[in-house]
Amino acid sequence: MTGAQDDGTVLRVEGLSVSYGAVQALRGASLIARRSEVIGIVGESGCGKSTLASALIGLPAPGARMRGQVEIGGRDIVAAPERARRAMRGAAVAMIFQDPMTSFNPVLTLGQQLTDFQHRSALPRRARRARAAAMLARVGLPDPELALDRHIHELSGGMRQRAAIAAALLMQPQLLVADEPTTALDVTMEAQIIHLLRELRHEHQGAIVVITHHLGVIGELCDRVYVMYAGEIVEEGTTDEIYHDPRHPYTQALIACDPAHIAGTVDRLPTIPDRVPDLDPPPPGCSFAPRCPVAMARCRTDAPPRVTVGPGHAAACHRVTP
Amino acid sequence: MSLFELHEVGVDIPLARGITAALGGHEPRVLNILDGITLDLHAGETLGLVGESGSGKTTLARAMLGLRAARGQMRFQGQPLVRAVLRRATAMMFQDPVASLSPRMRVGDAVCEPYVIQRIPRSRRRSAADLLDSVGLPPSLAALYPHELSGGQARRVCAARALALNPALVIADEPTAGLDVSIQGDILNLMADLKRERGIGLMIITHNLPVIRHSAERIAVLYLGRLVETGPTPEVFARPAHPYTASLIASQPNPDPRKRRADLAIRGEVPSLLRRPPGCPFHTRCPVARDICARVPPPEIHVSATRRVRCHFPLIQPDRNGPQGGQ
Repeated sequence: MTGAQDDGTVLRVEGLSVSYGAVQALRGASLIARRSEVIGIVGESGCGKSTLASALIGLPAPGARMRGQVEIGGRDIVAAPERARRAMRGAAVAMIFQDPMTSFNPVLTLGQQLTDFQHRSALPRRARRARAAAMLARVGLPDPELALDRHIHELSGGMRQRAAIAAALLMQPQLLVADEPTTALDVTMEAQIIHLLRELRHEHQGAIVVITHHLGVIGELCDRVYVMYAGEIVEEGTTDEIYHDPRHPYTQALIACDPAHIAGTVDRLPTIPDRVPDLDPPPPGCSFAPRCPVAMARCRTDAPPRVTVGPGHAAACHRVTP
Repeated sequence: MSLFELHEVGVDIPLARGITAALGGHEPRVLNILDGITLDLHAGETLGLVGESGSGKTTLARAMLGLRAARGQMRFQGQPLVRAVLRRATAMMFQDPVASLSPRMRVGDAVCEPYVIQRIPRSRRRSAADLLDSVGLPPSLAALYPHELSGGQARRVCAARALALNPALVIADEPTAGLDVSIQGDILNLMADLKRERGIGLMIITHNLPVIRHSAERIAVLYLGRLVETGPTPEVFARPAHPYTASLIASQPNPDPRKRRADLAIRGEVPSLLRRPPGCPFHTRCPVARDICARVPPPEIHVSATRRVRCHFPLIQPDRNGPQGGQ
């Protein structure tokens, strides 16, 4: 756990843009995550969440162009050559993917993979295997010694995701990125994984970034939230501020649409008309303007300013006043 | 009259010999998926069928539509099931909308295919544009292939195809899975409209409880192939009778950080169907289980005129004015 800066900042993303040819998937994203903090990135499909996740681990899709900085423990993974990026993955940053089935090799046992993941460790092989077993026990796999001899298909969905979390934490990374960690799971398993991540945040001294479209996961797990729309961060604040005092019309609409948010029953569920715009190129002005119920003429021509509404709470909108 | 009635319905699948042998020969030759399912569905009503993966939700839907052999009695529109009737008067919206559309067939042909299969005379067919319009899609979509559709559009195309024959019963398997919240409401509102306007009986299969809370009048909860609770949705959500239903509701992540849950409502995983627990199948995870639960399968209790629960120790007491027993 060395390398974190004095103010506890583990992750600092500054003006990050990623484009695929003419598609500007991510535009000028800036965010930070501090030690022992869980931050949430929320938005719908096509908002650039996964592009951001792949940039955080220095693994952009082939053909992607990255600009800006992604500093993990003070080292910029964007500027680093591939060799240095590889050294950072695992030790500085690790990722939990949505589908644990495809994040393990199907023909190797869990034990083989979890010991291989420690290839930079000085420990002898037997000690690495013991560490792997201890980590599996920590994430709640019953009979971890037996699990080491299993292949990933032999585990249930919930157990696979636990194994993926164990794999990500093996090298004690400063930053853990979880991309839709519970989307593939039943609600009871989802609750258990949320519970596990909550426990781990206290033990694990790093920062956790959770990327999800599910507001329930944000509400249960995150300290602060960044709301993304069409490749931009449109609002940021504490989870409480975002849920109880959302300022950006997109954040307000997103919360209003969540059936879990609506008390009682309604005759018609609210929706956001139309769809996320194409990003090749993105619309001029505010990208949410075409769907926004309170858009003005200015919103369609001028990019919205980032308005600070409180310490740590800001929204990019012409309508928002401090 | 009920649109669809099920009485003591069960589904077993034979196990391949190899698997049976590998398990040591003590395992049953057939695997019991569903048993003792008694349920009815009315015209113009939405029934929400909930349960975790492997609880038998999809198997039950397939059995109802004659796509899987089943024990027990089922009646559709008061008559025993006849395959030809079912295929004309019922429709299913499958879980993966893109996978359930042929990749080589244009949307227009796909939504009109039921007419071809059922040899409906041309005079009684609706046009593709008309069908697409009834689910809120532009006629230009008819010329596209499924891979050119968004997730929400593909769902609507499947709805249009399901409605082509003007069915009396539509079963929708996870109709909102994989959809963003902003369009989830769109699909559910559409289905609610169709139900209201045409009096269709609708069964929505999902593990998403908030969806059920807003779209179904009644709810049926499955656990490991047993119906553990049925009743009107608002009552079940307000006062669940089965500990499993209560745990499911409590497991739902809350978007409000001020209502964060401190503890876990339910531990462990759904047991394998090959190792079905004796007695009540939920006793291994149940917070209120006692000795009897591990030995004796619980009887079905009517807790009120409209609510049934299968539990030795239900969380609410039977209504004294309502019908008693059921054992």
